Amino acid sequence: MKLAPKRHLLALSATLLAFTTGQAAEAPTAEQMWEIIQQQQQQIEALQQQLNQTDEKVAETDQKVEIAGDMIEQAGGLPAEASWVTRSKIGGYGELHYNDLDSGNEMDFHRFVLFFGHQFTDNIRFFSEVELEHSIAGEGANGEVELEQAFIEFDLGDSHVAKAGLFLMPVGLINETHEPPTFYGVERNAVEKNIIPTTWWEAGGAVRGELAPGFSYDFAVTSGLNVPMTGGNAFKIRNGRQKVSEAAAESLAYTGRLKWTGMPGVELAMSAQYQEDITQGVMDVGATLFEAHADIQRGPFGLRALYARWDLDDAAAIAAADPAAAGRDEQTGWYIEPSVRGRLGDIPGEFGAFVRYDVWDNNSGAANLTEKRQSNLGFNYWPIPDVVLKFDIQRQDNEDGNDVDGFNLGVGYQF
Amino acid sequence: MTQILKHFAALLVAALPLGLTHAAVYQEPAEFVNESFHGKPPASSALWLTPELKKQMEEILGHPPTGMRVRYWHDQERTTWVMDEIGKELPITTGIVINKDTIERVRVLIFRESRGWEVRHDFFTDQFRGAGMNGKGSLDRNIDGISGATLSVRAVEKLARVALLLDQTIKRKQ
Repeated sequence: MKLAPKRHLLALSATLLAFTTGQAAEAPTAEQMWEIIQQQQQQIEALQQQLNQTDEKVAETDQKVEIAGDMIEQAGGLPAEASWVTRSKIGGYGELHYNDLDSGNEMDFHRFVLFFGHQFTDNIRFFSEVELEHSIAGEGANGEVELEQAFIEFDLGDSHVAKAGLFLMPVGLINETHEPPTFYGVERNAVEKNIIPTTWWEAGGAVRGELAPGFSYDFAVTSGLNVPMTGGNAFKIRNGRQKVSEAAAESLAYTGRLKWTGMPGVELAMSAQYQEDITQGVMDVGATLFEAHADIQRGPFGLRALYARWDLDDAAAIAAADPAAAGRDEQTGWYIEPSVRGRLGDIPGEFGAFVRYDVWDNNSGAANLTEKRQSNLGFNYWPIPDVVLKFDIQRQDNEDGNDVDGFNLGVGYQF
Repeated sequence: MTQILKHFAALLVAALPLGLTHAAVYQEPAEFVNESFHGKPPASSALWLTPELKKQMEEILGHPPTGMRVRYWHDQERTTWVMDEIGKELPITTGIVINKDTIERVRVLIFRESRGWEVRHDFFTDQFRGAGMNGKGSLDRNIDGISGATLSVRAVEKLARVALLLDQTIKRKQ
């Protein structure tokens, strides 16, 4: 087929050659000329026809390639019966820490976390998070296995979501988002840990949504705290977490949050919680949490600041329950954390440097000084956005004289 | 127990009037394409992904691209792309218009994730207007993120970079 046009060209050339050589000997007659023109016309038409056929075949081939492409792409998917696989997702995060502090040196795989989620329908989904803390769990071991999240979520309209189950409380900066690449410092900040208290989860129902562009709300009715009433940790909020493990539910908690993210890189939010009795029917001690924070990341510069405060009813009853609890009717803290982040020359990935100053007191209501202050200075290096290497220097000044200074190293990931 | 049931019921009653719906469709892709060409969209074309192009896309996305081709619409200097990228768990469908080698418009068309929906707002997508590629395959400007929507922000930014790469690819072929 490819030779056919060449054959026609050869025939045409031969005719012309015969014509020109013949002309030298004898000029063609009008009849001969007419015959030659007729032959040429036939050859042109034949060539044109072949060209048209070629165009048609090219178009036909294009079409076949497109159809084949469609079929291959469709066949590339999983069969319908395996669609639950495509509707299920796994993820996780983890962090290894080395602490070289006055309180001792320690190497600890602090957290190993796996997420599992499943999309039942377009608007109903399941999400869960299981965590192994400190590598080994079990009787006498340092660590524990914890169910941190397990809830069903329902979409309500385009901008509202309801959920029921066990979930993280909508309070603070790192309680809900605490994957290692998302924050500075090897250890989580002391204020959110000791005051809020991060990581804090409860079980119940919640709704959240958007009231206006960039202006959102959360509201939850959940299980509540159940603080110890005697001992060194009496009435400490952090020790009141029941972790939804056969949790006493005589008194529920009501939590709300308003958040503004109406400008890229800016989050302003405040949360509040009220619980009628954080002793779950034993002493009738009501408690209120107020928390406010700002998280700003504009260009390379970042700033995080947070204030949190718990107010517990009946200071006298609390102090009477255990001398160690004197002043725990107020538990407060705040921190500020400026940072800068960017690339360094041609080194792959990004660097970030930060300084953080934390102040907190779990006995704020006491006359004596019980405040703790901690400064951290350090950097993060993200070779890729989901992997981070961390280093920071820590100085912790305690009023009781037990300062905890030193440095921390860490590596973390998320996927 | 009665107290718990009472509170849950109140929560449910408060939520029900909102009604269950599907993934949020902010604009149909066909409508976006139509709007991008002022009501006269050209026929769509398909860009076949060569191994070299797939490699470049993988560098941006962090994973190999799905499919063998990418559909686009092209008229003079303007190209329009409608592509999906997963934020945390589900694809975010985004429309991107490139005009004269820079981004003219980014719009989130369909959002299926349960968090990070703030990326659909103009205050976020307007940051891409006028952005082009620098020599290292990144955008030539900083895009400020949204706290709590990091993965959605990252997905939209990746798609913007891929659209610029594909736009350059088809224009080199001309």
